[in-house]
Amino acid sequence: MLKVDVQKQLDHFNLDMEFELGQEILALVGSSGSGKTTLLNCLAGIVHPDAGEISLNGRNFYREGQKPLKIQKRKVGYLFQDYALFPHLTAEQNILYALSRVADTSPITELTKILGITGLLAKYPHQISGGEKQRVALTRAMAVQPDILLLDEPFSALDDANRDRCQDELLRIHRQWQIPIIFVTHRIADAEKLADRIIRIEKGQMTEQTVF
Amino acid sequence: MTPYDLSPLWLSLRVAVISTLFVFLASLALARLMNRRDFFGKSFVEALILLPLVLPPTVIGFGLIVLFGVNGPLGILLEQWFGFRVVFTWIGAAIASFVVSLPLMYQSVLAAFEKVDPRWENVARTMGVSEWRIFRTITFPLAWSGILAGLILAFARGIGEFGATLMIAGYIPGVTETVPLAIYFAYEAGDMEKALFWVLIISSLGVAAIAWVNYWRKKNAIRIGRE
Repeated sequence: MLKVDVQKQLDHFNLDMEFELGQEILALVGSSGSGKTTLLNCLAGIVHPDAGEISLNGRNFYREGQKPLKIQKRKVGYLFQDYALFPHLTAEQNILYALSRVADTSPITELTKILGITGLLAKYPHQISGGEKQRVALTRAMAVQPDILLLDEPFSALDDANRDRCQDELLRIHRQWQIPIIFVTHRIADAEKLADRIIRIEKGQMTEQTVF
Repeated sequence: MTPYDLSPLWLSLRVAVISTLFVFLASLALARLMNRRDFFGKSFVEALILLPLVLPPTVIGFGLIVLFGVNGPLGILLEQWFGFRVVFTWIGAAIASFVVSLPLMYQSVLAAFEKVDPRWENVARTMGVSEWRIFRTITFPLAWSGILAGLILAFARGIGEFGATLMIAGYIPGVTETVPLAIYFAYEAGDMEKALFWVLIISSLGVAAIAWVNYWRKKNAIRIGRE
């Protein structure tokens, strides 16, 4: 169970969100600059709220007045909006970056097959297309077997066939791992297909919540 | 074979290599600190690191003598603890080179660290990777081209150091006679041929260093920083 109650002053408005999320998929929708990415950053620990509380399965990520839990300890799989692939490492090195040498890589091999990136593993990020980078970054976020997945516009650069493939895989992973997944999207169709719940944010405030 | 004793060249290389090694370590630590942390007196510390860029070499030499001289606080400590003297030794020359080349290297490394997108470090953190490993495998390799350019500049500056070196290490042929000192004293003695010999050697080293840094920057401007 993810509990979120955060307030953070941003440049033009105040981010103020409160919700709880079980092992569900949540879609965050809203116009650009409405605070969606900041919310994901707060959950990952990259920025900290000014006040409030964040906890996952009873573990406190953030509580006002206490030292926030380090990013490294949060077990978050995070797909950044512009992928943030390490430019000096191959796709394979990116995906396996955090894994120990003796780790079992068979689930990842499976994932790379399903997402159609097996042929790209030896290539560097600047040698592959936007959609391919997105799938590599998605695989990398999943490779660490996180307790929660945060995906910032995970399907924006994909063509229809690959979008379907990635979405089906995300649903499969969700069924298998039973973890909360939060993804940001501009496409209502994606939100409706994948999400158990949709939250709309405008200027940092939750304006609408739909539960399916 | 050359008509001249080459010991000034070997001494200059030794001084520059050792000072560059310490400059490398110190500037990595300082640039990392300045890049990451905000603390009281930060701009003062930064000004202190950069000060040798704008001070006359004689002022640096004077400062080093005050600190490392036989009666200077650091000079006394080094002599008592390690039993070695800094003034009139090649160690003094290495310290002078260190002080004048540190700001060059520091600026290069700081600029290189600032160019490393924090998202890369953040994504590595979300994957549970330790700060030290992130530095080793992400920050350092991505900053490497700037660091290497800084190293070359620091080495070239260190090998050419004259004013402060003369003040703290003096001119003792065979002991503290670096190439720049050899040039000056050959000229003073009217031995223009010997002076020219060393001028050509040190100039070609300098030209090679700058040409190489430019080549390296161009080459890496194309590769690094793209996704």
